[in-house]
Amino acid sequence: MPTRTVLQQPDIARALTRISHEILESNRGPADLVILGIPTRGVVLADRIAAIIRDISDGTVDSGSLDVTLYRDDLSRQPTRSPSPTRMPESGIDGRTVVLVDDVLYSGRTIRAALDALGDIGRPRVVRLAALIDRGHRELPIRPDFVGKNLPSAQGERIFVRLQEIDGEEFVSIQGALD
Amino acid sequence: MRHLLSTRDLDREEAIGILDVAEDMAEVQNREVRKLPTLRGRTVVNLFFEDSTRTRISFEAAAKRLSADVINFSAKGSSVSKGESLKDTAQTLASIGADAVVVRHPASGAPQVLAQSDWIEAGIINAGDGTHEHPTQGLLDAFTIRRRLHGRTARGKALDGVSVSIVGDILHSRVARSNVWLLTSLGANVRLVAPATLLPVGVTGWPVTIGYDLDDAIAERPDVVMMLRIQAERMSGGFFPNAREYSRRWGLDDARFNALPPTSIVMHPGPMNRGLEISSRAADSDRSTVLEQVTNGVSVRMAVLYLVLSTGKGPA
Repeated sequence: MPTRTVLQQPDIARALTRISHEILESNRGPADLVILGIPTRGVVLADRIAAIIRDISDGTVDSGSLDVTLYRDDLSRQPTRSPSPTRMPESGIDGRTVVLVDDVLYSGRTIRAALDALGDIGRPRVVRLAALIDRGHRELPIRPDFVGKNLPSAQGERIFVRLQEIDGEEFVSIQGALD
Repeated sequence: MRHLLSTRDLDREEAIGILDVAEDMAEVQNREVRKLPTLRGRTVVNLFFEDSTRTRISFEAAAKRLSADVINFSAKGSSVSKGESLKDTAQTLASIGADAVVVRHPASGAPQVLAQSDWIEAGIINAGDGTHEHPTQGLLDAFTIRRRLHGRTARGKALDGVSVSIVGDILHSRVARSNVWLLTSLGANVRLVAPATLLPVGVTGWPVTIGYDLDDAIAERPDVVMMLRIQAERMSGGFFPNAREYSRRWGLDDARFNALPPTSIVMHPGPMNRGLEISSRAADSDRSTVLEQVTNGVSVRMAVLYLVLSTGKGPA
């Protein structure tokens, strides 16, 4: 199976910086922003985006994590998943602008679960969606607002996101389908 | 996890895994909406052949907070009192479509029989069987100890080096048994303190130390003192002369409570016999975890239900 690297570490950094600028632009500044990552790698990306926004805007931006394991619709079709902690900003999310961050956007089912989880925690003013990779093949009417890279892929292909904080290396690669 | 029958089957990693999931469930209890949609459409049957309020209510609350449908079945006033066998009861529940069955039974091993039979496909959770085990009580006790010791950083941690004295009727106590296996797997040092008549014959093979004197145990400054209930309903033979003598020698009275180090915690699985095995002062102090144990019981049972019901019908 051929594996092809599509993003290197500097490409990922540039994509996150651009996404951060786009978030600031669409929100007209850093006011009331909460960047929430979806475990595992979305959390790392959310923390990085929040740090970049703090750097370029001199404002305070909260980040956190939102676990969706207990909201999934594929419970008994998968091996048991262990939930990850959910970490919310002290000041909550009510009335604020929440940006959900995931590494790869695929069927959209994770985001559906995330929206349900979010609704049980509070009532944000708006919810936006950022993804490092959008690989297509949506199964639900869900669309990202901020995308690092569009990566049209076949369903049999696999996409790997590796991040320094978790994997000790950093790249995005795509592995071809079994013929 | 296909079933939960005893804590003896759990290795250290599995036990820590369950406690970590329980931490996530506990977090949900602090939110505005305390309900999760996780087990929507699943049916949990509470099959209780023996009286119980807190365990049944705790399992019921846990199942409902995960959005499962709950059917409560108590043997009293059911066909069991007309002579229905365990097999027929189980097959009836299977036909109703139970996905998990929480069993309490006066006979040790009844949940095991259900789990190994082909009468019912559902996941079986032992909620206390005879004098064998009460695994979710053991898990909630371990969870409570871990939270008291580590607070918000408890995730992933075991109980290495924690000293626990379990005091009272070890002979009839399934809570003690579940705690002995679980706490020792997690690295704790367990000491049993009881009158010789209330220790089981096989206790010499257990990974514990044994004492007969509560004052000696307290002098060793244990991190945790776990008082067991004197089970009047199981006291047909004279295990000790009378309740007052038991209380004098093995009860946690005010003097003994004062002699404990200020960091020690006092646990009791409930229901308590105040003035017999535990004084009101000890039970109501802020070092007592009695009510925390009840709260944590719901989180731990949510974790167990989630793990058993998310295993699915496929290969376990």
